[in-house]
Amino acid sequence: MSSVTIDKAAPTRTVKYGSMSRDRKWALRWSYFFLTLFAIFSLLPPIYMLITSLKSSAEISAATNPWWVFHPTLENYVGLLTSNQFLRFFWNSALVSIFVVTITMLISVPAAFALARMRFWGSATLATGVFLTYLIPDSLLFIPLFKVFALFGDWTGIQLINRWYVLLFIYPTLTVPFCTWIMIGYFASIPKELDEAAIIDGASWFQTLTRIFIPVALPGLIAATIFAFTVSWAQFLYPLVFTTSTDQLVLPVGIITTLIKGDVFNWGQIMTGALLGAAPPLIIYAFLMDYYIAGLTAGATKG
Amino acid sequence: MADVALRPDGIGTAQPARKRSGLQKALKRRSTAAFLMTLPLIILIALLVIYPAFYSLHLATLNKSMQKFVGLGNFEFLFRRDTFWLVVKQSCIFAITAVVFKALIGFIVAHFVHNIPAKGQRKWRGMLLVPWVIPPAMSTLAWLWLFDPSYSAFNYTLSFFGIGPIPWTGDAAWARFSVILVNVWYGAPFFMIMYLAALKSVPDQLYEAAAIDGANWWQRIWYVTLPMMRNIIAITTLFSLIVTFANFDIVRILTAGGPLDHTHIFATWAFRIGIEGSDIPLGASVSLFMVPILAVAAIFILRDVNKRGNEA
Repeated sequence: MSSVTIDKAAPTRTVKYGSMSRDRKWALRWSYFFLTLFAIFSLLPPIYMLITSLKSSAEISAATNPWWVFHPTLENYVGLLTSNQFLRFFWNSALVSIFVVTITMLISVPAAFALARMRFWGSATLATGVFLTYLIPDSLLFIPLFKVFALFGDWTGIQLINRWYVLLFIYPTLTVPFCTWIMIGYFASIPKELDEAAIIDGASWFQTLTRIFIPVALPGLIAATIFAFTVSWAQFLYPLVFTTSTDQLVLPVGIITTLIKGDVFNWGQIMTGALLGAAPPLIIYAFLMDYYIAGLTAGATKG
Repeated sequence: MADVALRPDGIGTAQPARKRSGLQKALKRRSTAAFLMTLPLIILIALLVIYPAFYSLHLATLNKSMQKFVGLGNFEFLFRRDTFWLVVKQSCIFAITAVVFKALIGFIVAHFVHNIPAKGQRKWRGMLLVPWVIPPAMSTLAWLWLFDPSYSAFNYTLSFFGIGPIPWTGDAAWARFSVILVNVWYGAPFFMIMYLAALKSVPDQLYEAAAIDGANWWQRIWYVTLPMMRNIIAITTLFSLIVTFANFDIVRILTAGGPLDHTHIFATWAFRIGIEGSDIPLGASVSLFMVPILAVAAIFILRDVNKRGNEA
């Protein structure tokens, strides 16, 4: 009985081997084919931004082949980079993002440390609460926040609306919960022995944080920093609601409100501005892709 | 181990008393320190998230000039308006369709990336994640230009195939399609990355065992991959549902709700009414309609997160 099955199995096995490797080769070809399609789909808008940004407005309105630049010119770049208004937007965006990243880190790192290591009354509830806050979207809060800041201005006489620095108060509501959340995950994964050793050696809590936790969880810290930067650089709704004067605008809102004048779209400049606005996150991403992805996946896998 | 056991004996008898008071002090210091460290976080969340959230409940009960209490008047007014029901319908269509396509495309692309040799995966993953990295406001501008009524690069290309100019953002049905397309373009990479991470965590032995048992590729996906990835799929989908439901940037820039309110979703309509139309209470009431769906999604996410926490 057994010898019969072996005899029968032997030839089919070799045939199957051949077909499997052929299958594999075809699967690979199909994978590359579809990946190329998806990559084209993914990269189409940024590439089209680049193509348009190199065209003069005459070439754009001549409606020649949109996918090709016949007379490449840098006039859009020169035009934007010498315009004080655009540089002002860029400067505002940079200022807001850098401050927000600093504020976020100063709030979320100690909080994450306390929540991950120093269990105290209500700490578990607070950790869940932080996570829930992360789920509250900006489009739910912008109207009450606008009113709250308007009322604050009426009561105290300190007018915050239509000042770029009002964003420093608002953006942390988007960045802090997520950063705290992923830092809790990173801190919790540090072995307890490490901080026990530090405490035994006489380190204070503050020293344990700065000498042990921050260096060990540096990859997480970088991921959180990148996240905070990308969010504050890309945020569109809050600056659209809270700032209106052209000298207070950040980049995304600035491009949309000043380069689009009524029905006149200066597409060459708009695409140049959009590309320059997309550049900082893209550059960070190009150099720190692994941290970027770590931060992205940590949100759901570490939870 | 031996050192630890020896030390108390070696230090002697004077230790216990000092040790306890030191411990008490440390405990006291520890909870105060912990509280101080979380205080900024608590203040931030309380003042700028929880307070405004409840304040919007209060706002929703006021009249336009915010001087008179009207109870549920704003909601009554909304229920009688056709535009409101249009917005509800569109929000649901938009969010559900976009999330389904994002999840499907993300799943398929993740498989393709996982399929190719590990050496090249980084490069492909890097290219495919670009849509997620570009600020959505910026990339939507590029889409707006690709969809331009008179200079659309898509229509230029399609004209070679004899397909007539498509009114990408001019016609209600096409505008809905365009908005969803851009959202899928922006969000699918996120799913791809999540699924790829999940795929990598499925042990190879399971696939080997399935292959030995004679499972074909479909059975391998259905009986091995999907059950192993169930948690990630659930969490990613719920996350994305929240984000897509609350989306603002893409719709605002691409169509601004037009043509004739046919692409408005909750966020853009609330902005139009509350900020542009300066009827803050009505705008607040509109955005409050996002809460039930967000709450349901949040409950499910939280359940999954806690379950995972218990497993670990």
